[in-house]
Amino acid sequence: MASILVYAELSEGKVVSTTLELMTKARELGDVYAVALGSGAKAAAATLGKHGAKVVHVNEDAAFDDYIAEPATDALAALHEQQKPDLILFGFTPDSREVAGRLAARLGTGLISNAGDVSASGGGFVAKVPYFGGAKIASMKANGKPAIILVRPKSFEASESGGAADVKQLDVKVAPESKRAHVTERVVEASEKVKLEDARVVISGGRGMGGPQNFPLLDDLASALGGAVGASRAVVDAGWVPYSMQVGQTGKSVRPGVYIAVGISGAMQHTVGMKTSKIIIAINKDAEAPIMKMADLGVVGDALKIVPALTAAVKAKKNG
Amino acid sequence: MKIVVTVKQVPDPNSNFALESDNTISREKEAVLDPGDECGVEEGLQLKESLGGEVILVSMGPERAKDAIRKGLSMGADRGVLISDAALAGADALLTAKALAAAIKQEQPDLVICATESYDGSTGMVPPMLAELLGMPQLTFAKKVEVDGSSVKVHRQTADGYQVVEAATPALITVTAAIAEPRYASLKGIMAARSKEIKQVSLTDLGVEKSEPAETIEAVADAEVRKAGEVIEDDGTAVEKIVKVLAAAKVL
Repeated sequence: MASILVYAELSEGKVVSTTLELMTKARELGDVYAVALGSGAKAAAATLGKHGAKVVHVNEDAAFDDYIAEPATDALAALHEQQKPDLILFGFTPDSREVAGRLAARLGTGLISNAGDVSASGGGFVAKVPYFGGAKIASMKANGKPAIILVRPKSFEASESGGAADVKQLDVKVAPESKRAHVTERVVEASEKVKLEDARVVISGGRGMGGPQNFPLLDDLASALGGAVGASRAVVDAGWVPYSMQVGQTGKSVRPGVYIAVGISGAMQHTVGMKTSKIIIAINKDAEAPIMKMADLGVVGDALKIVPALTAAVKAKKNG
Repeated sequence: MKIVVTVKQVPDPNSNFALESDNTISREKEAVLDPGDECGVEEGLQLKESLGGEVILVSMGPERAKDAIRKGLSMGADRGVLISDAALAGADALLTAKALAAAIKQEQPDLVICATESYDGSTGMVPPMLAELLGMPQLTFAKKVEVDGSSVKVHRQTADGYQVVEAATPALITVTAAIAEPRYASLKGIMAARSKEIKQVSLTDLGVEKSEPAETIEAVADAEVRKAGEVIEDDGTAVEKIVKVLAAAKVL
């Protein structure tokens, strides 16, 4: 059996959902073990066990929480040396990709990022990766030993397999020279009302919204529908809304019941993060925009008129 | 302070994406300096203006990528280095990082500035690899950068706010587009850029050997496309139609 190591990403001491999706997939590929680092790692091991990890290597050194990427890279390199896994899986998330990049450079293996699926093939692993702007999907055989593959969030449904992991203390001492990029303060600016990733309705705005002053129109519709507001990379880059609202390849991946794209043309960068939504509604001035070719309902018109009218209609229907 | 900014020439994100009949990306599309890198160049220039020093642009690409470097030089950067080699066509992230690291090492910078990710690939894998190969700490997703003597402090964008991250230089930082509004090149800047040096180097010059790519493409298939649904012109009944769809999807 191939041995698969999953890098468990923890957020405030809890395993993030992307890790559990990876665990679920990894069970199909071979013997799964996981590594969890930083505060909460031991408690996380129970969750990882329920999702199929036979062994979870843990280390709760505070350095993993307080220093960016390097301590985790040291720990993974040490674990690789001991265990020689065939495949190391990471989520394609901002925090995990920083560790994966350093590790792949240190081991000299390279990596495959942005995978939407992974399968075992001929003793190795094949990842499916968007190609040519997403018009094509390439099957890429991983050449690295170990293979390192980063998988986009929401590529798989997480499910429990039962069971409990054998929890092992990972014996690694974080070297002083790896304690460099020091997180000295954490500042919370805004609390999300409904989490974008978990919302059953997502309303995202793009350049067609005309400016940040019009985003409250989307907030109103979102609160009427109990949904969350997202955005395209173009408007995040323009500084209209914060990065935390970005839906797309390097933003968040969402899979809501209904996705409403308002004034978004539908570049691959964006659609890769939302195209598995159950229903897609697009509102756009341009009938030829790529988003219209993937929407279940495309409305060609002025978003600034349609959105408030829609909010009013939703409220009327709820109250009636 | 010696600052290296990595820059990349990418297809203009504001022009429509096109595929040739053989599914390769159309080269007709105008190539520009990556808009994310423009923000990196701007931040480098602002740091130089307050601290003194030099801003060097390092890029990898075909000969024509000099145009992207020239754009950064016209904004005010001092000189450029272009790594150009036929062996680099289709290079993966690790080979790219190796080539960039070799060129950057020769400069011995105090600070390396990269965009968080490129506009065309959008995977953001090169910066952490580069930091590792340069033996530097990485301060990422910076929306604000402060340099004080030999230490650098950034505000690192997170899902619900930011972290303050500090390190001693030399260090690599990745910046978001929120970092700084790129300046327009002045006519004087454009004229001055013409005589600024762009050194061209090959892999052999850098002593970098081509490594085995991380992946081999076994097959390419059409991506699963969602079937287009109904497209309607808003004649005043669109709202009613949307409400019906929402109700059918049981979110209303």
